[in-house]
Amino acid sequence: MLRLEARAQPSAGWAYASPLLALAITVVVGVCLFVLLGKDPVRALQIFFWEPIKSPYALGELMVKATPLLIIALGLAVCFRSNVWNIGAEGQFIIGAVAGGGVALLADQTTGSWIIVAIIAGGVLGGMAWAGITALLRDRFNANEILVSLMLVYVADMVLSYLVFGPWKDPEGFNFPQSKTFEPVTQIPRLMEGSRVSIGLLIGLAGAAALWVFLFRTYAGFAQQVGGLAPSAARYAGFSSRKALWVALLTSGGAAGLAGALQVAGPIGQLTPYVPAGYGFAAIIVAFVGRLHPVGMVFSAILMSMFYIGGELAQSRLGLPKSLTGVFQGLLLFSLLACDTLINYRIKSSKGAR
Amino acid sequence: MEGTALLLAATLSAGTVLAIAALGLLINEKAGIVNLGAEGMMLCAAIAGFAAVVHTGNSWLGFAAGMAAGALLAAIFGVLVIWLNTNQYATGLALSLFGAGFSAFAGIRYVQEKLPEQARHALPWLGDLPFVGPALFRQHPMVYIAIAITLGLIWFLYRTRAGLVLRSVGENPESAHALGYPVRRIRLLAVVAGGALCGLAGAYVSVVYTPLWVEGMIAGKGWIALALTTFATWRPARVLLGAYLFGGVTMLQFHLQAEGVDVPPQFLTMLPYLATIVVLVLISRNPRWIRLNMPTSIGKPFYPGA
Repeated sequence: MLRLEARAQPSAGWAYASPLLALAITVVVGVCLFVLLGKDPVRALQIFFWEPIKSPYALGELMVKATPLLIIALGLAVCFRSNVWNIGAEGQFIIGAVAGGGVALLADQTTGSWIIVAIIAGGVLGGMAWAGITALLRDRFNANEILVSLMLVYVADMVLSYLVFGPWKDPEGFNFPQSKTFEPVTQIPRLMEGSRVSIGLLIGLAGAAALWVFLFRTYAGFAQQVGGLAPSAARYAGFSSRKALWVALLTSGGAAGLAGALQVAGPIGQLTPYVPAGYGFAAIIVAFVGRLHPVGMVFSAILMSMFYIGGELAQSRLGLPKSLTGVFQGLLLFSLLACDTLINYRIKSSKGAR
Repeated sequence: MEGTALLLAATLSAGTVLAIAALGLLINEKAGIVNLGAEGMMLCAAIAGFAAVVHTGNSWLGFAAGMAAGALLAAIFGVLVIWLNTNQYATGLALSLFGAGFSAFAGIRYVQEKLPEQARHALPWLGDLPFVGPALFRQHPMVYIAIAITLGLIWFLYRTRAGLVLRSVGENPESAHALGYPVRRIRLLAVVAGGALCGLAGAYVSVVYTPLWVEGMIAGKGWIALALTTFATWRPARVLLGAYLFGGVTMLQFHLQAEGVDVPPQFLTMLPYLATIVVLVLISRNPRWIRLNMPTSIGKPFYPGA
């Protein structure tokens, strides 16, 4: 009979080792799954872990997908660290895309490149406004932020759908539900020729650095997190939980909205019903797997991006459904949460039942 | 008149899905556990139930398969949350994300499948009554089973010793433990029972309510069911009423669409989600009212001897 014994102090070693162990478990389960499906597991592992990094172009694509995941996760880390459960980042991403896309649609041939700034600002404000609804309802009416933010995902999805089926539909689009293709001037600047990597990546990395400074080097960042760790201590110290709530939701909403705007004015280039790709949900996993730490989330965003690309490749090369990505993402989070137990507890074998 | 009767009938059917799932979640929460994985469990149960009916042709086996799938996933969740003390919100979320992916993955070969024609259900004599017949008495048996589950749960929670123990585990696990009750085992049982009911609701969706399989077909019903337990202030009868209310909102949307109301369909589709938010706001506005009714240890881990 195995049992858990609380450690006197959380194990620093396991804090680092647990995500790796979780990844190992996910890979083992994945290999078993591939064998069960009659696919060559070596080939499958190659597709998930080698193909996305084997050439400069592939690496670029890896970064293209990692960018929104990282940006959203950075914002979510602020939320989760302050014990605010915003799980509607997907909705904030969509509204950010709608707002940023709306600005992009205003551009014509004569527009200057300042429009990029307006698109990004639009996305951030859109995401903040959407998350602000959740913050307002939590703050004023005590409504559970988990459920409200999640319900708003469905609403945001319908707002996007209404716009691309209705007022923003491209009149020359053969009745497809999509907006006009944005003017070239609205394209988020790319870092180099021959790759789709844009300045979004730099924004994400700068955001990670800024988050690090905020969380670990500023008083405001400290006050923000105390409420999450010890609510009563925060109250005693006079840190406002309302302020923490608003900061958390506006930051994460703004980040998700930014990601949405970068996505529509970047790789997608127009508004379609397929703008939401589940990044808002995957970013929750990125945040946890990255230990809610800015550096950790850079790595976990890349890992999650591998899962996305691997899933797409598995579809075209192995004839497996793309939804495999979701299976592995969920498995990874499950195993991580289980492995995290080892940080605070050690496993002991005990004789006899307790 | 005819239309109203059918609308009422459809409302009961839609409400049944939410009622069964929310009653399951109510059992969890009464024992102190919040399972945010409802959506994932319902999706997996929907595909499990659908597949079972495709292969066997028997819808009751479909329901059984759905319940088994829900119970199994809930058991995994329960072991993680209760024995490994993982965060309930994060673990439930993991279950929802995993369930969405896994059901899409497992369901891919069932996308085009159709279910065999279902027998029409009508209660003898009552089903022939004008108006109330088509409105109330030509339902799938599951509609009445949901009502029976509600009554059974009321009796169990408030009239039996086992129900009292379950509630005490949710209100004050330390005391229950001190009295010698196996808190963690009771919680696991509650979680598994709740999962089975969520599974039943999920299977009802894919087998009866909209008899086909589409990726993500639960469309937030699991989350709405979670909101319903708060809305009902953790009382089974109010859960049932709330579920019918939400079923009504869902059906109103289709009804208005069919009537050709001059509102873009997207705004009608938003209705149930907006209604959930509005209801949450109205009910949560009074924190004391919530605190009075909410199981005290909800969401908090319990580790004996810690």
